[in-house]
Amino acid sequence: MISLVIIAALTLASAAFALTRRNLIHAALLLIFTWAGIAAFYLWAGAEFVAFAQILIYVGAVSMIVLFAVLLTKRTLADAPIEPSSHRRAFLAVIAGGAIFGLLAFAITQTHFVPPPDRAPVVEVRQLGFQLMGSHAASLLVAGVILTVTLLGATIIAANDHNREDPS
Amino acid sequence: MTPLHLCLLLSAALFTLGLIAALTRSNSILVLLGVELMLNAANLNFIAFWRYGPSPAPATGMIFVLFAIAIAAAEAAVGLALVIAIYRHQKNIRLQEANRLKG
Repeated sequence: MISLVIIAALTLASAAFALTRRNLIHAALLLIFTWAGIAAFYLWAGAEFVAFAQILIYVGAVSMIVLFAVLLTKRTLADAPIEPSSHRRAFLAVIAGGAIFGLLAFAITQTHFVPPPDRAPVVEVRQLGFQLMGSHAASLLVAGVILTVTLLGATIIAANDHNREDPS
Repeated sequence: MTPLHLCLLLSAALFTLGLIAALTRSNSILVLLGVELMLNAANLNFIAFWRYGPSPAPATGMIFVLFAIAIAAAEAAVGLALVIAIYRHQKNIRLQEANRLKG
């Protein structure tokens, strides 16, 4: 319970710091801490395989893509000027976010959940693999197709050089 | 206050942070990161209910999270490719100026 509170505090603090930074590189690097904190939560909950998948994909891959995108689209050091209307927009967004969080927190705290089973569910990787390749094989194939199409599409979108006269 | 309540509150707070980031920032990379954070918050809920709920099938929550992570990775790749395409077109990545569909 204590460890959950510590993990939650670190994750939320790094996320809040990251999303208020003006410097994009700092934001991306702090979000890596947030993703690692979420992986720590998965480990705490006993979902080791998901935790390592989270570390590999988010901490390893997505953060690198984000850093490359930041570097490729960087023009000057002071890149994001705050326009006059943005304070009002930030105020309204914080109000909307606070309202949503209040609603969710009210609903969560008012709900009485059934007491959990005595011991945590144990899922071995072998069992997970059998389920993935057995009853969820169709979804696994669809996910593979989606990832392939995504790779091709992302490459085409990012590599398109706007030669509209010569589309070849 | 059971641990399940705490997990759900953590997930709600992360979702709210991502939502505020996606609504306030005009930099499209930060908006995309906010969306990623919201997706992660949803995954936290799956794992919390897998751990503390009366689960009929033992690994359903984990498998759901695995597929969600795969889709989120695909979404990040396509989103950042779009950011690079927008940058090449209009020389900045501010969302207010990306208001034309014409290539």
